[in-house]
Amino acid sequence: MALSAVLRPGHVGLRVLDLDAALKHYRDSLGLIETARDAQGRIYLKGWDELDWFSVVLREADAPGMDYMAFKVLNATHLARYEAALKAFGCKVECIPAGELAHCGERVRFDSPTGHVFELYCEKEVYGNGMGRQNPNPWVEGLKGMQAQRFDHCLIYGDDLDGTVKLFREVLEFDLTERVMEGDLMVGAFLCCSNKAHDLALIRHPEKAKLHHVSFLLGSWEEVLRAADLISMHDISLDIGPTRHGITRGRTIYFFDPSGNRNEVFSGDYTWYPDHEPITWTTDQLGRAIFFHDRQLNEKFLSVVT
Amino acid sequence: MSAPRHQIVIADTAETYLCGEDETLLKAMERLNRKGIPVGCRGGGCGICKVQITAGDCLRRRMSRAHVSVEDEARGIGLACCLLPQSDVTLQVLGQLRAPVLAAQSRWKT
Repeated sequence: MALSAVLRPGHVGLRVLDLDAALKHYRDSLGLIETARDAQGRIYLKGWDELDWFSVVLREADAPGMDYMAFKVLNATHLARYEAALKAFGCKVECIPAGELAHCGERVRFDSPTGHVFELYCEKEVYGNGMGRQNPNPWVEGLKGMQAQRFDHCLIYGDDLDGTVKLFREVLEFDLTERVMEGDLMVGAFLCCSNKAHDLALIRHPEKAKLHHVSFLLGSWEEVLRAADLISMHDISLDIGPTRHGITRGRTIYFFDPSGNRNEVFSGDYTWYPDHEPITWTTDQLGRAIFFHDRQLNEKFLSVVT
Repeated sequence: MSAPRHQIVIADTAETYLCGEDETLLKAMERLNRKGIPVGCRGGGCGICKVQITAGDCLRRRMSRAHVSVEDEARGIGLACCLLPQSDVTLQVLGQLRAPVLAAQSRWKT
């Protein structure tokens, strides 16, 4: 198989301080579609062009951040294979029964050397994108806000970057697409299970289990600029942008949800294939690697995490 | 703005500015282009704008327990993005962004 049996980022569980404020942000500003609520009070959302039932789960808590990030796997055979490999790698693995998250099958939850919690699953009910699979229209009407198409990736911060990169490359068959090197030390890693510039990114950081941002895909640079308008129109906390990343080539803008979790909406990268050589960035050029236009590092962007 | 405004003093720098009862200490500082309290997520999540109120009263919005404990709260510590002044306020800055990254690349050598 040319690509991994891990298909894509499937969902992310986020903690928020105020569920109503978070719903307003993710539904009305990002334009995600609310698709379910459960007995625990969790709210489920998805991007308009995602077919599965949800990709974001919001939970009210006393500290924001990421509970878990999950990847969808091709089928049960591969899920069982990965589960065994995760145990052999030394991960703490836990099976969460189908239905614990509404509309989702059994999830294989595991920890990682950077302290982040991840999950794999292979079944989730189809909600659809509103256009059907026969002779469909190209887009749906009546969307809100930034009209995010899908949950795309997360950037996470943690201490044992080498360990988590090894886990994803050796056990889950991800490719390293880009890396940031401080001499011999890898300080940034961009990992992919598909054809994208990244499905998961990591930055080395002294604390474990931190979230830098959750990213959503838009259709064009014009839509990124329109998102920038909405950030001011809705008085959303802006971080930085609109700008261009050197790393991954994304055209991007960053902002915060009402609890301080950073979001990105972006457009454009490139097509990755597993025979490509990874791209290497050196920290003496880190300014243009991160912000290709300003070519200046931004301490807030690098330091603020939840 | 119709809400009463109060004088805010950042004791560290002697910076002063006016802040309405219906806006946060951080938002008024940024709106007036004043400096002194470091700005992070503005949502009570990241802890960068942590301050201690040494005089005056503030309403408190919910903020991350990972950054402000119950004991902190009792000592007047909070995040400036979640504090709304109800009187004149004097504060000290506790939070900080890390040193500029190029001078501190050793940050990565954990």
